[in-house]
Amino acid sequence: MESSRGQVTGGAGGRSFSRRWFLGAGSASLLTAGLGAGLTACGSGGGSGGGDGKTLTAFVYGDDAVKVQQAGVDRFNKSAAAKKAGGTIKLQKVPGSDYSPKLRTAMGSPSAPDIFFNWGGGSIKPYEEAGKLVDLTDIIEGDPVLKSGFLPSVLAAGDLGGRHYGIPMRGMQPVILFYNKSVFAEHKLQPPTTWDQLLDINAKLKKAKITPFALGGSDVWPELMWLEYLVDRIGGPEVFKRIQDGDAEGWGDPAVVRAAELVKELIDDGAFGSKFTSVSYVNGGAPAVFARGKAAMHLMGSWEYSTQLGKFPDFAKSNLGWAAFPTVEGGTGDVRNVVGNPTNYWSINARTKNKDLAVGFLKDCASKEYAQALIDNGDVPTTSNAAELLASSPNPEYAKFQYDMVQKAPAFTLSWDQALGDGLGTKMHTEIGKLFAGQSSPSEFVTACKGLK
Amino acid sequence: MTVTVEKTPAPRTGQVHRAARRTSRTGRPHAAWALPGVLFFTFFAVVPMALALYLSFTSWDGLGDPRPVGLDNWKKLLDDPRMTQSLWLTVVLTVASWVFQTVVALLLGVWAAGRQRNRAILSAVFFVPFLLSSTAIAILFYALLDPNFGIIQKDTLGSQSGAFLAIVFVGGWQFIPFHTLIYQGGARQIPEVLYQAAAIDGAGRYRQFFSITLPQLRHTITTSTVLMVVGSLTYFETVLILTKGGPGTDTAILPYLMYEAGFKTYDFGYASAIASFLVIAATGLSLVLVRLTGFGAMRSTREGM
Repeated sequence: MESSRGQVTGGAGGRSFSRRWFLGAGSASLLTAGLGAGLTACGSGGGSGGGDGKTLTAFVYGDDAVKVQQAGVDRFNKSAAAKKAGGTIKLQKVPGSDYSPKLRTAMGSPSAPDIFFNWGGGSIKPYEEAGKLVDLTDIIEGDPVLKSGFLPSVLAAGDLGGRHYGIPMRGMQPVILFYNKSVFAEHKLQPPTTWDQLLDINAKLKKAKITPFALGGSDVWPELMWLEYLVDRIGGPEVFKRIQDGDAEGWGDPAVVRAAELVKELIDDGAFGSKFTSVSYVNGGAPAVFARGKAAMHLMGSWEYSTQLGKFPDFAKSNLGWAAFPTVEGGTGDVRNVVGNPTNYWSINARTKNKDLAVGFLKDCASKEYAQALIDNGDVPTTSNAAELLASSPNPEYAKFQYDMVQKAPAFTLSWDQALGDGLGTKMHTEIGKLFAGQSSPSEFVTACKGLK
Repeated sequence: MTVTVEKTPAPRTGQVHRAARRTSRTGRPHAAWALPGVLFFTFFAVVPMALALYLSFTSWDGLGDPRPVGLDNWKKLLDDPRMTQSLWLTVVLTVASWVFQTVVALLLGVWAAGRQRNRAILSAVFFVPFLLSSTAIAILFYALLDPNFGIIQKDTLGSQSGAFLAIVFVGGWQFIPFHTLIYQGGARQIPEVLYQAAAIDGAGRYRQFFSITLPQLRHTITTSTVLMVVGSLTYFETVLILTKGGPGTDTAILPYLMYEAGFKTYDFGYASAIASFLVIAATGLSLVLVRLTGFGAMRSTREGM
């Protein structure tokens, strides 16, 4: 899944490079990959993470934000903690869209990383089940720096079965309803706070020949965001929680059915225009439609700000507005609830030869220097000291909005694909793609999702 | 033409027949000549294929050890509605690509075999798309087809017919030059006397094309067809980049389904079953093609001359 993972800052260039990697990795012929994987499987018995214990390898998602991790590694390698544990950390940057398959292949091989970036929850479940993760619960509980260093809700959001396996290491990524301030001003509109208002705004925009919402439908995961928020607003976070906990019947919940119906109505109504199934977010299509005023709103992760700042800086600075997702009439979900990615996490490979060194490195993520580096990059850290740093953000107003949004949220639902893990998540993507492309009805969608395993 | 066969272990297409006849007269090349090829093929084709076949009888998520599950993956292959859809899409893609590419390449190839001026330069230009990487071509066309900022501002890739036509067209754009070259070579091998005789009998250009050129190109058509069919069965990068199998699952052909099962859902057992099925289908199809067209019998197109 090239899902809602971190900031999508790379353009087509980064994309093409990573595609190339895939081809090299044997996508054209799974046979070759089968060979490589087969051999590594045989060799994994005697394998160990990262060599001699002096240098530990850390895999990280290789986008623009990686400079914060690189600075953290450089700082840690010179620190007293590193000297005491007797080693250094080496960062290995993996191009974004290849991250998951590369990690999966590496973790089954003798060259597995000691520390690796992940999305918590379902994204690390297979590794936990295979006994490849260090349970960090006791380490966190016994260490004041780690215990009080992070927002508890964020720390908990990456949990598996109530145990901690990861340390938060990037900014928070809530999904936000962005809007174009000048388009809204021109048509005398206010960001919607209820679903009826949203439909009303849609009607006015369509009359003015403006597509209400930009949507990168060919990536599918931007479509998922609509369902995540609608289900939450209609039925509350418990609805998806039940599905996440393994009860596939949860897809039959009236909230899911209603959400799918609302989505269908939006599509039929032209809320996303007529071409959204061939528009991509990742290659900059949807952000461009939005920034150029062809679409008035965009439901997207908080990284939309840095994406726009990179591609359309004037728009990002003066015309980009943000708001919470509206309530749905009759829904039981709290309007303060948030969906998206709480953050990303570092986890430790159970086979590492120097656990002290790895834990020491993870502690650095709770430091003020690390949080400041995230702030400087335009991110909002999930550390408990984040509030006092917000003023130094390149856009303090936006940073504060995000921070309050997450801080005050009664529930933060992890992106469904991440929560379900790669296997189920990919199959769910397929069903969502079919729903949005008009290949299945809301009821067919629900039935198909119930059958996923 | 080279004098000793020993110095030409791999005769070029078109010389195969004559070279084969010559070897029988002068003795076959030593088996050791084949060793590098055989070793290469064993390590990079036979062994991985055997491993994939083995994996197809296991359940493996890429972590830990593969767990034997007997025929489960193969049963799933037969029951999976997505497999049925993929198979159908693959067949349609193969047929459409064959028709498009063969018609254009054949006509272009025959034309390029003529005696026009600058033909060599034209042939070289034709060949350029084939030299580009499929990935680069797919990214280029993806940009051209962008519904909001491309040259055709339509929802091309957002509908099944549009996406399918785009895939067939991009595939043709890339591979037609290669097949044109094959047909050009084939057409040049046709003896001039046939056309001279036909002209004396009063046959026009069209009659000459259908009664001489086409029958004489029989083996070339077979060669080109086998390459096209096998190529279509493994067509992947363009689909991944242009449509990701979408909209919905409308263009999820077999190789894409295999990729998805392997590298997106980490069900390597099932992916291996699909891969093995593809190998079997491709081998079977090329054998059938060769049989049906009489290519295997190695009969010469110049019988009776």
